[in-house]
Amino acid sequence: MNNNNTLCFSEGFCRSRPNVATLANSPFLISGGYSSNTCNPSPLKLACYATLSAVVKKQTPAFDGKEAASLVEDLRSNFNTGRTKSYEWRISQLQNIVRMIDEKERSITEALYQDLSKPELEAFLAEISNTKSSCMLAIKELKNWMASETVKTSVTTFPSSAEIVSEPLGVVLVISAWNFPFLLSIEPVIGAIAAGNAVVLKPSEISPATSSLLAKLFSEYLDETAIRVIEGGVPETTALLDQKWDKIFFTGGARVGRIVMTAAAKNLTPVVLELGGKCPALVDSDVNLQVVARRIIAGKWACNNGQACIGVDYVITTKDFASKLIDALKTELESFFGKIPLESKDLSRIVNSFHFKRLEGMLKENGVANKIVHGGQTIEDKLKISPTILLDVAEESSMMREEIFGPLLPIITVEKIEDGVQVIRSKPKPLAAYLFTDNKELQKQFVQDVAAGGIGINDTVLHVTVKDLPFGGVGESGIGAYHGKFSYDTFSHKKGVLYRSFVADSDIRYPPYTPKKKTVLKALLSSNIFAAILAFFGFSQNS
Amino acid sequence: MEAMKETVEESLREMRETFASGRTRSVKWRKTQLGAIIEMVKDNEDKMCDVLFQDLGKHSTEAFRDELGFVIRSATTALNCLDKWVVPKKTSLPLLFYPAKGKVISEPYGTVLVLSSWNFPISLSLDPLIGAISAGNTVLLKSSELSPNASAFLAKIIPSYLDNKAIKVIEGGPDVATILLKQQWDKIFFTGSPRIGKIILAAAAEHLTPVTLELGGKCPTIVDHHSVSKDMKSVVKRISGGKWGSCSGQACIAVDYILVEQSFASSLVDMLKPVIKTFFGDNPKESGCLSRIVSKKHFERLSRLLNDPGVKASIVYGGSMDEEKLYIEPTILLDPPLHSEIMNEEIFGPILPIITLRDIQESIGFIKSKPKPLAIYAFTNDENLKTRILSETSSGSVTFNDVMIQYMCDALPFGGVGESGIGRYHGKYSFECFSHDKAIMEGSLAMDLEARYPPWNNFKLNFIRLAFREDYFKLVLLMLGLIKK
Repeated sequence: MNNNNTLCFSEGFCRSRPNVATLANSPFLISGGYSSNTCNPSPLKLACYATLSAVVKKQTPAFDGKEAASLVEDLRSNFNTGRTKSYEWRISQLQNIVRMIDEKERSITEALYQDLSKPELEAFLAEISNTKSSCMLAIKELKNWMASETVKTSVTTFPSSAEIVSEPLGVVLVISAWNFPFLLSIEPVIGAIAAGNAVVLKPSEISPATSSLLAKLFSEYLDETAIRVIEGGVPETTALLDQKWDKIFFTGGARVGRIVMTAAAKNLTPVVLELGGKCPALVDSDVNLQVVARRIIAGKWACNNGQACIGVDYVITTKDFASKLIDALKTELESFFGKIPLESKDLSRIVNSFHFKRLEGMLKENGVANKIVHGGQTIEDKLKISPTILLDVAEESSMMREEIFGPLLPIITVEKIEDGVQVIRSKPKPLAAYLFTDNKELQKQFVQDVAAGGIGINDTVLHVTVKDLPFGGVGESGIGAYHGKFSYDTFSHKKGVLYRSFVADSDIRYPPYTPKKKTVLKALLSSNIFAAILAFFGFSQNS
Repeated sequence: MEAMKETVEESLREMRETFASGRTRSVKWRKTQLGAIIEMVKDNEDKMCDVLFQDLGKHSTEAFRDELGFVIRSATTALNCLDKWVVPKKTSLPLLFYPAKGKVISEPYGTVLVLSSWNFPISLSLDPLIGAISAGNTVLLKSSELSPNASAFLAKIIPSYLDNKAIKVIEGGPDVATILLKQQWDKIFFTGSPRIGKIILAAAAEHLTPVTLELGGKCPTIVDHHSVSKDMKSVVKRISGGKWGSCSGQACIAVDYILVEQSFASSLVDMLKPVIKTFFGDNPKESGCLSRIVSKKHFERLSRLLNDPGVKASIVYGGSMDEEKLYIEPTILLDPPLHSEIMNEEIFGPILPIITLRDIQESIGFIKSKPKPLAIYAFTNDENLKTRILSETSSGSVTFNDVMIQYMCDALPFGGVGESGIGRYHGKYSFECFSHDKAIMEGSLAMDLEARYPPWNNFKLNFIRLAFREDYFKLVLLMLGLIKK
């Protein structure tokens, strides 16, 4: 892997960054990711460094290729003992996760506050509760999930019986992201454990407090011989990716996703890539304005202040309706976050100064700066950007080409609402696409014509909490899916098992291929293929 | 090659246009194409058998069984089941989300690439095509240059039966594959070797394209003679059929080697010999029932494997070769050196090593020490051994008391794990292989819950706690103001 590529890990969710090379040349970026050195020190930050360094001391200072290799070797030999395959082991680990969440709710909330100023309730709603309910579901359903699935065999293989057995893949790697650093770490780990794998979690170095907390909690609550946390940034991730894994589960940006998949190719490792994309919300004019405004806000600013892969990236609406929508958004924003949102405790901050500058840069571009219709205030040393709405920004601006991943909401206007579908289709497939309308015909058209990971009609983000729905992208927004049973399946190999008996053995399937066999076969083929193959593999017709 | 690049780009443009038009999404279009595949195979049976004979010396009966018949059945299954497969799956939502509805719909990926293999050039081309079409994709097939007659035939016949604006064939070797892999596809389906599989996966990473890799591996066959002694006649027939009866061992699910207890090894060899004679007569080269080696390169590879001194010394049956006719006699080896190449790479030819163990239980450890194979075969009626094989080893599939026919069972997913591949197909799994499962949630604007939104307070926190627990009774109490805290 070339050096230039590996440097991009710290980039997190940013899809593409023009001056990667120049930034990468500055030494502090290489050593610590963007957050640790670029943020202004604050009491909070200092506190988080204190916890971080405590953990770092315990760890070997340099986690290199050799360390990574021996880690994987250890885990593999532990996996090979078969211990992680037992129902009892899986359940006990899952129960420990629940206990960990219950007992450490406070520390988790605090870590999330340190990393992102995430409001307590938002942390609870989006990360803690969600994770816990996933884990509870896994505990409740594990027996059913593990049961082999009996399938009907066709006459072709009669007499026989068949089943599909789920088996763990082996030793898997989970690389998680900084925006929901707890949820996006634990949720895949739950799937990996439920499926009986040994697992290494690499939390994001951009959310250091949560990362170090996870390292601490995992060693305290979980079986260290099979479940491990490796903290670190680019060098550690590179060392990990050089190893042979049985599955790699990655959450982050499309660019790093490519690096992960390229690394996986060397060992034929299957990957799940949970990426992002520009998730659109198409708003028709026949809607309940207040509810729509609130749900857009819930899917934008109340969702980690826009730093979410399924957050609303931009809105499309008709020219006539745009001003009404903007007014409604303004009113609801005020009722949610007060008159001075920069002081609101209910808004997360921007994760670090790199992303702050990236967003600020977006706002300052030509064709963008003069389109702000609401907000636009920033406080750099607090990494705060107020909820900002823009109307009809330039199509070629980076705001309309890259995933925004922040509290900026451009509204694009179209003549007819149906044109909105074309706007969405002209861009790479997003992770989610939202539509607000009571028009059933438009709903139907949208569901059929918009290719996206998932679709939410008349709501945002909520579909992600439904455990019966697979969550994952398509095209640029990712590969593979998880949540609920899909998590279990994604970390399992579905092994087809066929049981045959010796009762019927037809010579027609074996050489020598006499003219008679061929005639029988040909006749059978032209009339009834099932009968033909039945004759082949089961009961012969005296050939 | 510049011209080829333009052809590829032009084809891709046309296929994308066709897909964007939405034509391929209609169930009617899919069924028409599937029906046309059946018709195409039925109309051209003789010609297809001819090209398979030219490329591989495949007997027409073998060709019917492994390729034409298989394709017809696969297309028929898809045709019969398609209406069922395309139905959106309804999912249950938490009561709190009422009146929202959830469902999952299968959406075609778009324009997909199928790279097929030379050993079953008809079925390994058409079977993935059936999946791609069932799911509503436009598809480009690159057939293998190592089976040139089959490849040319498919390139000629497919456009005359199928919608040629949506389904295209391009012939060519590695240089063409390289051009194809540079393009952006919505899915790549590859059948072949792990070495090329890695190249495909790395190329796919560039465009974040999902990939199915159907690879191979050394498929072991355990013979537990204690528990199947009375059925040994069937056992040796099935093994021989699975080694020599299907493209002369050039099959990804062919029996690669046998594991048997030492004490029984020589009896096993003695039982295999007459079966080979029955199948292929005294002179297998002239029997017409044994496929030849596909190419000079593969012939040389196999003869190199066999000419390793340690391996040569282990030949207990066969071993003769005819380079001009690309013929290798059915050959049995008894305990070739375990470090030899033949025991460390997929053989893909008519050579059958028998590895002896003191106790058949050791076969578990033996298999575990090697990369995960595409299939494990075990002739045993010992329930304990069956359980151990299932729970302790890992492989694409396991078949008890037979070989290769799991391929015919379309209720089972077919695909590898680890070195033997990524992804699966056959039956409805083929449909799924070429579909994206799109999650849909349809909400209503009529009801709205205050507790979802900031500004946050303790009431909302309690509400969410209870909601996640799905404790609706307490939730009602909370809303009525009967719970404080």
